[in-house]
Amino acid sequence: MIDNPKTGMTLIVKTITRLTVGLILLFGIYIILHGHLSPGGGFAGGVIVALSFVHLMLAFGKDVAISKVSKNLASNLESIGALMFLSIALLGFLGGSFFLNILPKGTPFNLFSAGIIPLCNIAIGIKVGVGLFAIFLTLVIVEKSK
Amino acid sequence: MELHILLIFMIFAAIVAIEVKDLLSSVIAVGAVGFALCLAFLILKAPDLAITQLVVEILCLIILIRATINKDLPLVIEGRWIFNTVSTLSFIAIFLLFAWLALKELPGFGEPIMAVVKKYLQEGVSKTGSVNIVTAVILDFRAYDTLGEATVLFTSVIGIMAILRRPGRKKRE
Repeated sequence: MIDNPKTGMTLIVKTITRLTVGLILLFGIYIILHGHLSPGGGFAGGVIVALSFVHLMLAFGKDVAISKVSKNLASNLESIGALMFLSIALLGFLGGSFFLNILPKGTPFNLFSAGIIPLCNIAIGIKVGVGLFAIFLTLVIVEKSK
Repeated sequence: MELHILLIFMIFAAIVAIEVKDLLSSVIAVGAVGFALCLAFLILKAPDLAITQLVVEILCLIILIRATINKDLPLVIEGRWIFNTVSTLSFIAIFLLFAWLALKELPGFGEPIMAVVKKYLQEGVSKTGSVNIVTAVILDFRAYDTLGEATVLFTSVIGIMAILRRPGRKKRE
């Protein structure tokens, strides 16, 4: 399916995409995980993750991208992200109030610090990335099947 | 200085986006406005906003180009041009008047009115442990707002998938 010359763009675009799409995905995950240390965060990193799959879809056609992330998987993952964010918020009631930072703070400038903030970033990253990709997927499928 | 050059460039690109006849060129001119806005955020020392603006701009451009590239809508320009010009000029005048009245009341750059801002800057790291103060505000001090924003995005995705799914569309006879 990947080497089918009928779908997608030319061989040049496909080769460049094969080299760069993993790096774009990795950069998105880096932005999500380092949201409490450097500029960025869950929303920006999630959009970069979604853009890597959009890149895959533009270069190879929609079948390859759907084989990686199907529509059902996308909606399931989005719901999981939303529920994870809400449950982190509700866990604050263990300490007394909504969105309380119950985990230990750690030392600043470490990757494992700031309590629940990295977890919230991961939840928002999953939700935003998969949600925006699902919007793009739905629009493309509708446009093709008219 | 760079900021003013960028602002003039953005206004120029916006005028081009309105006036150009081809729809694809118009979308690309809107993209130029967005990227100039990203640079303006960088000059104003807001890298968080710059990253978000950049990636959202790229995603919006891709969606707009895929949506408009084969549907070149004709532009209706004949008739009633005197009324259009006069109404446009009067609305621009009203907008500039109210913008001048509002911008006169704004505080100076870097001098926030709210006293809570100083507290955030002083106690942000010690209270949350997060070095990035923007993340500390949106995910700890103001996390309830972020929950609402996440709900908005979730609802929009659900709406798009519910409206555009296959059983939801009527068959063309």
